[in-house]
Amino acid sequence: MVKSESAIQTEENTVVRMAGIVKRFPGVLANDHVDFELKRGEIHALLGENGAGKSTLMNILAGLYRPDEGEIIIRGEVENFSSPRDAINAGIGMVHQHFMLVPSQTVTENVLLGLDEPRFFMRLKEYDTKIASLSEQFGLKVDPKANIWQLSVGEQQRVEILKMLYRGAEVLIMDEPTAVLAPQEIKGLFEILRSMTEQGKSIIFISHKLNEVVEIADRISVLRRGKATANGLSSEGVTTKELARQMVGREVIFRLEKQASNPGDIVLDVRKVFAENDKGLSALSGLSLQVRAGEIVGVAGVAGNGQRELAQLISGLRNCAQGEILLHNEKISNRSTLYGIEQGMAYVPEDRTQVGSAPNLSVTDNVIMKTYRQPPISRGGLLDMSQANRFAEELKLAYDIIVPTVDTPVRLLSGGNLQRVILAREISGRPDFMVAVQPTRGLDVGAIEGVHRLLLAQRDEGAGVLLVSEELEELFALSDRIYVIYEGKIMGEVNIGLEEPSDQVVDMIGLMMTGTPMEKIGEGL
Amino acid sequence: MDIVVILQAGVATGTVLLFATVGEIFSERAGVLNLGVEGMMLIGAMTGFSVAISTGNPWLGVLAAMLFSGIISQIHAFITITLQADQVVSGLALTFLGAGISLVLGEGLSKAGTVSLLPSMSIPIISQIPIIGSIFFTGQSIMVYIGYLMIPLAWYYINRTRPGLHLRAVGEYPAAADALGINVFQMRYLYVFIGGMLAGLAGATISLAVAPGWFSELTTAGQGWIAVGLVIFAQWDPVRAAVGSYAFGALRRLILDIQGPMLLFGFDNPFYYNPYWGFFLQMLPYAFTIVVLVIGSREAIRKRLGAPAALGNPYIRGERGL
Amino acid sequence: MRILSLSRLYRIKLEPRLKEPPGWYPPLVSFGAIVIALVFGGILIAFVGGNPFLSYAHIARASFGSIGVISDTLVKATPILMTSLACAIAFRMKLWNIGAEGQFIMGGFGAAAVVLTPILPPETPGWLFVPVMMAFGMAAGALWGFMPGFLKARFNVNEIISSLMLNYIAIAWINFWIFGVWSEGGFQMSPKFPKAAWLPRLLDFSDTIPLFRGLTTHTGMLIGIMAAVLLWLVVYRSRWGYEIRLIGDNPRAAQYAGINISRNTILVMMLSGMLAGLGGMTEVSGVVHRLQTSPLAAGYGFTGIIVAWLSKLHPLVIILVSILFGALLLAGREIQPSGIPKMIQGIILVCLIASDFLLRYQIRVSRAGVEA
Repeated sequence: MVKSESAIQTEENTVVRMAGIVKRFPGVLANDHVDFELKRGEIHALLGENGAGKSTLMNILAGLYRPDEGEIIIRGEVENFSSPRDAINAGIGMVHQHFMLVPSQTVTENVLLGLDEPRFFMRLKEYDTKIASLSEQFGLKVDPKANIWQLSVGEQQRVEILKMLYRGAEVLIMDEPTAVLAPQEIKGLFEILRSMTEQGKSIIFISHKLNEVVEIADRISVLRRGKATANGLSSEGVTTKELARQMVGREVIFRLEKQASNPGDIVLDVRKVFAENDKGLSALSGLSLQVRAGEIVGVAGVAGNGQRELAQLISGLRNCAQGEILLHNEKISNRSTLYGIEQGMAYVPEDRTQVGSAPNLSVTDNVIMKTYRQPPISRGGLLDMSQANRFAEELKLAYDIIVPTVDTPVRLLSGGNLQRVILAREISGRPDFMVAVQPTRGLDVGAIEGVHRLLLAQRDEGAGVLLVSEELEELFALSDRIYVIYEGKIMGEVNIGLEEPSDQVVDMIGLMMTGTPMEKIGEGL
Repeated sequence: MDIVVILQAGVATGTVLLFATVGEIFSERAGVLNLGVEGMMLIGAMTGFSVAISTGNPWLGVLAAMLFSGIISQIHAFITITLQADQVVSGLALTFLGAGISLVLGEGLSKAGTVSLLPSMSIPIISQIPIIGSIFFTGQSIMVYIGYLMIPLAWYYINRTRPGLHLRAVGEYPAAADALGINVFQMRYLYVFIGGMLAGLAGATISLAVAPGWFSELTTAGQGWIAVGLVIFAQWDPVRAAVGSYAFGALRRLILDIQGPMLLFGFDNPFYYNPYWGFFLQMLPYAFTIVVLVIGSREAIRKRLGAPAALGNPYIRGERGL
Repeated sequence: MRILSLSRLYRIKLEPRLKEPPGWYPPLVSFGAIVIALVFGGILIAFVGGNPFLSYAHIARASFGSIGVISDTLVKATPILMTSLACAIAFRMKLWNIGAEGQFIMGGFGAAAVVLTPILPPETPGWLFVPVMMAFGMAAGALWGFMPGFLKARFNVNEIISSLMLNYIAIAWINFWIFGVWSEGGFQMSPKFPKAAWLPRLLDFSDTIPLFRGLTTHTGMLIGIMAAVLLWLVVYRSRWGYEIRLIGDNPRAAQYAGINISRNTILVMMLSGMLAGLGGMTEVSGVVHRLQTSPLAAGYGFTGIIVAWLSKLHPLVIILVSILFGALLLAGREIQPSGIPKMIQGIILVCLIASDFLLRYQIRVSRAGVEA
């Protein structure tokens, strides 16, 4: 480690300095000469849209990637991390958005993973107490002996933080830590973060949620398309609007133009359904909801409260133990997926690449997934490929799918393009009912707007849409009504008008997302 | 047909399966499915026998067998870990390659003459215990005793030591292990190598102890595949692997012994009077493997147990979109 | 992704391909892989004391040197063609049927059973004999494919191991008949079939076309080519083929598209077994003319795996590649040590799988930059 000139100039209380960081991925310039500075004891927010390069920059700091250019200076020393272990040794720990925990191992085993101690034999008892006392010090309540798969998402996050603290991390990088938490849990997290900075730790807080950033951060840096547009801005007196401009490059239209809805008959009727998840635990217990023609109905909730299972139940990918689901007064639950498709149901699954598409097959093969059984594409037992290709070309034009030819395998498409392929396929059948789960996850702003417009257009043409999302903003922008789901039950139902919902409504939804039924809230207020 | 003799021989024969199965457990626990066990065992059997003949020292044969099989396993490691190819196809290729190489190098070896075998022994005192003593501790090859030691050691290593903790993490969630500075690639190469060495040991145990000699592909006769099946039955646990291996060993011996006597349970023995009925007995180990697979798979579904979560998937660090 | 730094001056960078490589590229890579495999094979042959150049020259001469050996090559290619078609259709759905060997043997058994049981009397005319043998051969193969398919669909039993175990069981099964019930005077083979149960061969027409004298190529090759064309139609132009391709690429997407995976697992395994069984039938009826273990259990099922993979599971390419492998097997009979063809097959498969990497990644060599 060499003392560099710039290091000597670094102020005493600067913990991390990244200068001129460049990182290229095939076809993308993820970081373009980015500077970043972190001071001791601060919470420094790193703001930016999906794909702006926040995670890349922090993965470089955490030693997962190597920068193509630029230098990293930690407490005045130039560092050259070749692995995460180097970064951890330099006191830098990262809590990833997708937790890096081994589900089948205990909290203690996860904390000890990758360390040089214990030398060989795992003296688990001894380490259980060590970890218990550390968790007490920072108010991170969790049982060291529990297996990870038994813990809630909030608890798992605490294990991740513990893991880093145990390694003596002075700098903690939190990648989108609130994405998986309910509003009340977020408050708890913020308290933990504050108590850590009081004890001298520094925190980098990656987010794309403006309100949160203004609330928690001492200073803010903003990335846009790989470039820093703001560097160490003080959070005092900064408005979300200003930040949004730095982040997106133009004034964000927070609300889409939306006409009043005109709900018709009930299209989908979910009646007191019970179902299990993949682990055999109860996922849905007595859930009921209705969707009418010509409205978008949102399902709000923290991830893992039965949303996935609900969508699978409706689309026929999962059977329910009790209750039934009616589509146009016909029972569709516990029949085949094919039956739902034949009844004209469209389904945009949560996972574009794992469920919604076949990566190595062509665009044509992917768009005919729901229609290959019917003429004109099907003729007898055979497929008319020229008809199929014509159909694909039509969709390519109508939905702005950017591909050289329809023979291109879809794994080569960008996320937004792939989502357009899926939406094109689902919407082209003119469904009168549609389930969309997280339809904009991981897309950039332009693509999100496009998807939102398509969903609204469906509604205005008289289709019923059930929209499952973890983004409250998205639900507010699109939905006419919102159900809040918690542990497989509906906690309550809220009507959303054309106006921005009031703080009171947001608070109420937050309470329901953490398990307070609507009736109880009424008593409290 | 003496039940003690059958079980005693079963433990010896089962030791071969035990080595191969535990080796495959190590490899699969690290997330690499290696279907090339049969090929690596053939390499081990051939090398062990060949080196033992030319040097006159069976221990050198065992060492060479483990080393050569370990090296061959690294072809699979390179193709699946570094080149990220499909583990199933690569494992099949390794089977062909191992069989081919051992046939070429083992040409003429079957007529090479006698070889000094690995020693057999009885353990003083405990061999006196009725039944147990004569089944497990009387006149067994030294390899059998090594097998006894390996069962608890392998279990303890996987479940109660730091390297074992890392091994499990690499097979369950390699990204998590990588983020904490565990070298996933290095670990996977290592455990594929260990799997290869143990398959080689299994092969050498056949050709130098249990059924001495080199009989080309008939030396292993599909035992490598049975081992791969046993891993599923064993739910990736060395102790259960031992139970399965010894049971299979006993079954093989039973099949041989049942054809000998003229009377079977007081009736005319059909296998004695019509020797070609014996072909149905020959089917048994293979049919039984399928039965064991059905049991293992049903149990896995019922208890919702699973293979190591990352089994079969190459680990690719830091690609966009992950 | 970077895997290694060769020196301080140059870095090798591997980047995932963002575009499809041009059409000539994949065949070139496969060709390169085979060349490299032959070089490795040559080194190993030299290592055991052989002359690789003579060995390879011998293979070329012994398989394509005259019209007679070309005919023999085609005879060898026929069973490979069938088993690799069988493997190709199963692999297309990512069903690792490595039991084509057993299904092939059972196909031979099914065909032989028609003659030996006898299901048809020996004086039956050929136009009836052959189709009935084909039907029984395919049925027996399909049954052998059904079992691992059913176990996979019903109990999620790993089809690799179950189909492989059935290979050993198939061998024991025909041995039981050959050594016992159908043994010809205690020899380990059945009596020869009546002429009507033989597939027509080229030499049968040598009266009219003298060139065909002594040529043993039989109708099986023709049947195989027809099967390949039909299979191509099924895979790329039929609804069922579309479902198979979809399941093979992403089973969850297929489920989501309303496709019944369990049913297709069983059906595809049966089709696969049927094709291999057809191969067993043509081998018994076109070449061996009796039931005998060693010519049936000769590893055609395993060679079929390699050929299917080399052909990228494309039925029409399989026709060509199986002829090349027929040549390798034919010439291999005379090469010493006898394991060499098997070893070369193994090396070819290893190199092929390794070469797939070049289709997914591109290699860029660049000078080491600012950081070292």
